[in-house]
Amino acid sequence: MLRLPPFEFRPARSAEEAVEIWGENEGRAMYLAGGTDLIPNMKRRQFEPPVLVGIRRLEDGRNVETEDDGSLVIGAGATLRQLADEPGIVADFAGLAQAAGQVANLQIQRVGTIGGNLCVDTRCNYYNQSYEWRRSVGFCMKKDGDICLVAPGSSKCWAISSSDSAPALIALGARVELRGKDGVRQIELGQLYQDDGIEYLTRRPDELLTRVLVPAPRPGQRSAYTKIRRRGSFDFPILGVGASLRIEDGVIRDARVVLGAVHTHPLIVQKAADLLEGETPSLELLEAAAEAAYRKATPLDNADLVYYWRKRVTRVHVRRTLARLCGLEAEAETAN
Amino acid sequence: MSKRDPLLVIGTPAAKVDGLTKSTGQEIFADDIALPQMLYGKMLGATVPHARIRSIDVSRAEALPGVKAIITGIEMPIKYGILPVSEDEYPLEIDRVRFVGDPVAAVAAIDEATAEEAVRLIEVDYEELPGAFDIEEGLEPVDAEHRIHDYGLRDNVHKQVHLHFGDVDDAMESATSVHEGVYFYSGTNHLAMEEHSAVAQYGADGRLTIWSSTQTPHYVHKAMAKVLSMPASRIRIVATPNGGGFGGKSDPFPHEFCAARLSIVSGRPVKITLTREEVFYMHRGRHPVLMWLRSGHDASGAITALDFKSYVDGGSYGSYGVASTYYTGALQTVTYKVPNYRFRGVRVFTNKPACGPKRGHGTPQPRFALEIHLDKIAEKLGLDPVAMRRSMLVDEYTMTANHMRITSCGLDECLEKIATASDFANLRGNLPYGKGIGVAVGSYMSGAGLPIYWNKMPHTSVDLKVDRGGGVCAKCMEIDIGQGSNSVLAMTVAEVLGLEPGDIQLVVSDTDTTPIDLGSYSSRVTFMMGNAAKEAAEKIREMLLAAAAEKLEVQATDLVLRHHRVEHRETGEGISFADTVPLAEAMFGQLSSTGSYTPPRLSGPYKGSGVGPSPAYSYSAAAVLVDVDPETGVVTPERVWMAHDVGRAVNPVLVEGQVEGGVYMALGEILMEEQVFRKGLHKIPSMLDYKSPTFLEMPPVETFIVESIDGEGPFGAKEVGQGPLLPMPPAVANAIYDAVGVRIDELPITPEKVVAALTDLEQGGPGRVGPEEVPDIDWGEALDVDPVWYDQAAEDWIPATRRRESD
Ligand SMILES: Cc1cc2nc3c(=O)[nH]c(=O)nc-3n(C[C@H](O)[C@H](O)[C@H](O)COP(=O)(O)OP(=O)(O)OC[C@H]3O[C@@H](n4cnc5c(N)ncnc54)[C@H](O)[C@@H]3O)c2cc1C
Ligand code: SF4
Repeated sequence: MLRLPPFEFRPARSAEEAVEIWGENEGRAMYLAGGTDLIPNMKRRQFEPPVLVGIRRLEDGRNVETEDDGSLVIGAGATLRQLADEPGIVADFAGLAQAAGQVANLQIQRVGTIGGNLCVDTRCNYYNQSYEWRRSVGFCMKKDGDICLVAPGSSKCWAISSSDSAPALIALGARVELRGKDGVRQIELGQLYQDDGIEYLTRRPDELLTRVLVPAPRPGQRSAYTKIRRRGSFDFPILGVGASLRIEDGVIRDARVVLGAVHTHPLIVQKAADLLEGETPSLELLEAAAEAAYRKATPLDNADLVYYWRKRVTRVHVRRTLARLCGLEAEAETAN
Repeated sequence: MSKRDPLLVIGTPAAKVDGLTKSTGQEIFADDIALPQMLYGKMLGATVPHARIRSIDVSRAEALPGVKAIITGIEMPIKYGILPVSEDEYPLEIDRVRFVGDPVAAVAAIDEATAEEAVRLIEVDYEELPGAFDIEEGLEPVDAEHRIHDYGLRDNVHKQVHLHFGDVDDAMESATSVHEGVYFYSGTNHLAMEEHSAVAQYGADGRLTIWSSTQTPHYVHKAMAKVLSMPASRIRIVATPNGGGFGGKSDPFPHEFCAARLSIVSGRPVKITLTREEVFYMHRGRHPVLMWLRSGHDASGAITALDFKSYVDGGSYGSYGVASTYYTGALQTVTYKVPNYRFRGVRVFTNKPACGPKRGHGTPQPRFALEIHLDKIAEKLGLDPVAMRRSMLVDEYTMTANHMRITSCGLDECLEKIATASDFANLRGNLPYGKGIGVAVGSYMSGAGLPIYWNKMPHTSVDLKVDRGGGVCAKCMEIDIGQGSNSVLAMTVAEVLGLEPGDIQLVVSDTDTTPIDLGSYSSRVTFMMGNAAKEAAEKIREMLLAAAAEKLEVQATDLVLRHHRVEHRETGEGISFADTVPLAEAMFGQLSSTGSYTPPRLSGPYKGSGVGPSPAYSYSAAAVLVDVDPETGVVTPERVWMAHDVGRAVNPVLVEGQVEGGVYMALGEILMEEQVFRKGLHKIPSMLDYKSPTFLEMPPVETFIVESIDGEGPFGAKEVGQGPLLPMPPAVANAIYDAVGVRIDELPITPEKVVAALTDLEQGGPGRVGPEEVPDIDWGEALDVDPVWYDQAAEDWIPATRRRESD
């Protein structure tokens, strides 16, 4: 089997200590949470950090708490399965539970953390390959090379943002807390990501993602996450649709539609939100919102199935997800 | 035991004899073996698909601490190959590489990490050559020095076949209707859970032992002796239990030779276990096949002539390819009566991993084409697809136009079972849009009638040895690859001797200690080894009966072995098995026996007739209910009904297991699997990205076991390991048509193809995705063979026995 490159393992007991150990090894260290993403990547020599700072056993690192105001505070070390099973999350933040419960498979959900899932490496089938394979193809700029093999003219990497929880949490308006050498800051989750398959996070390398903060649900708020993949288990998304909205006096309010796995970062479809705001749900309306999402999606030929199909079904699944949230499922079915 | 004694073991749903050992983790697979001083080997694969090797520099690897031995091709300059007609491989290529991954050097080091680092330090200088990457390119003319191999018919054409039985053109002309179609079946990997692994130990005594996860220890033995230029008598191959094989472990492989050679060089045991990526490169999986067929029918819809062409993408080496090519034409005739038949097949070399045998070996592809083709014809002629098939099935105990001898055939019952259970007649054409049902049938061999290299020796033998304590030990070179052949061996012996399967001690798959069995391929083990085991056990039984008869002072014919006793059939009076053994040993000496099996001579009077004949054929029929999402094109199989004529179910649970396994494997080929190459490089050589179904994609399968009690199989048994895969792909394609009215005539049936076909249909097109045409090539002169066994005047099939007599 593929072997890991040698590394030193430095477990930390607190967030402060983790950042400190990282500081001692500046430029050589990476954080290791569940390791379900990083370890296989290291076997393929996509990363070769000499030092791994262990963050699985941080004090209070995996707590999941509901505050008095109904908002949710999730320790970055909480496992995906923990979130998928937590009754409070299933009831009030369904999109998150659905996303976490569809990552990879049960085994990985029990080990993989939400922090790791939000920071999960971008994917590309020219890149998620062994060293030997990548050497045969001639390497690409994301690791060991200098061109993009998917879009040879491109100066940027188009590797795909593949987190399931990110679109779901952005749709829920989540923020994240980052602790680095220079202190603690909070940002909108959407701002954690940027349009670059290599530097896909705005997180500074020293910064540890410590907590995820999800605002309390507004009355009538519903959320959902739809994941498209070939198989009911194992697979990364080839499309993720995170959506939330509420219906007040028969009209849609605060809608958010976020796409995963069709770009280098989660795509917030503002146009869809604008179209839906204040309108009475109808199939035509949802179709228009879905059309906006469809236009934004830019899948490339670097993941499973053909890109034009992935783009095509963006429309279908955005419409279906919104229909579920608006209680129009039955109509959507017969409309076919 | 006589015919009237009921079977006590055969036919019972007994647990596998090695089930607990495997499920508790006690089984020792090749990679579990760890010997003192053992080194770890790693091979270096080519990084380019087609090139001349200018030089190989191993100096940097040699200098790496922990490296104990490095070998390159020149150390094993003798070619091998599973078929004597295409010995075209070196363990490590010497001057030419033919696909990305083609091994060129190997290292043994103190651990895997060091070995991995060491191969990375080996520098190979390649002079790249133009390559061929698909069937069309493989057919193009090339310069002599750019040919992938310097043998074969011409250019990159490895093999061409042109057989003609009867008069196809004449029959087409007089046919009431003639139908044509073009189909494509994509290549797939076996995906056995266990990666190939071999441990070699060259002992101080000058003997070489290789433990290997192989389906064919005997053929590895032969190849090893040849390549290493060592007497076979000093080489021992032990086939370890295979964690799945499916045909993928049926060739001799580079890592086996390399482990052996590295052990000889280093004087230490060496283990090489392939990574999953390397398994994709070693491959030997399903051949991609492009097919064209035309059939003539009479007014009733019955086939009067069939004309079939297959274009086989062989990949970089011969492997089983010549046989695979013949297989794409051989078994079209064993399900329906085909009085006139022409088969043209061509196999080309391409710069991709070599293809070989995978479950169904060369027959799922033509079956896919034929069964969809018939579905289309049934619709055109306004016939029910089940009724049409049932009206033209072969008759039992007849010969086909291409000289295949049919014995038992339970296909009619199979069709009847699945049609009734699925309510096919009512559902077909009547389900709501998006739901559909389809049927198809298939047939497979119970063992190839001929061995891989020409000889007249038995295909299998079983030795039995009875201990004075009453223990029975059965020895055979058969190898359990998960299909349950160990259980079949134990059950067969136990049945004859009145014991339980768990009573039988098994010694298997070892070229030093067990008598020949050719291996776990071509669905031959239950049929052939079962016959040998039965014969061996019957010899022991005779001795036990004689001894007990003397002791009990009764006729031996009144005695029966059952429930660990030798007892009087009527009175039940008798003695225990254990007490009978010493009596028999006193009478006959050591109680040992051998049973062997050699299939009857079945090949027809023409070149190429050696591929396809089998002592008996299994039959299956499947109905599948699918859901198709017309907006996304996603196909979900919802239910499967499969009836399989297994002759006799030696163990019904194992039969069901094989049926379900075949369905499962087929679903991957139908909906997901595809060997895609970019610039000669396998696009997705991993189990995450190369999609095959998980447990969650598996629909409920209702299995019907049909028992036609074959005249030649042990207790009437035939095969079940491969056959049930065959009807699945066309049945699903036919169901998709019923659901949404589109024809996907190529595999895999991915959602974008369904969407494309639906779009085409909406725009007034035929609503089809699939190849449009096949290359026009010079097929050369046909080998004209008289299908004499079909008597045109009498409109009858001459029984096999009559032909045998005149043989
Ligand atoms: C077979 C397979 C299938 C998979 N399928 C999916 C899928 O469907 N969807 C999906 O989203 N993912 C999938 N994954 C990826 C991965 O398992 C999950 O994303 C998981 O949640 C990662 O969490 P982890 O704790 O294991 O992360 P790790 O592997 O420990 O870390 C991942 C990355 O995040 C960084 N990191 C981790 N925690 C923090 C933190 N607190 N602060 C800063 N940086 C941090 C690490 O340095 C590393 O770069 C799959 C993985 C495998 C092997
Ligand atoms: S998108 Fe281009 S640069 Fe990025 S990983 Fe893929 S091939 Fe490499």
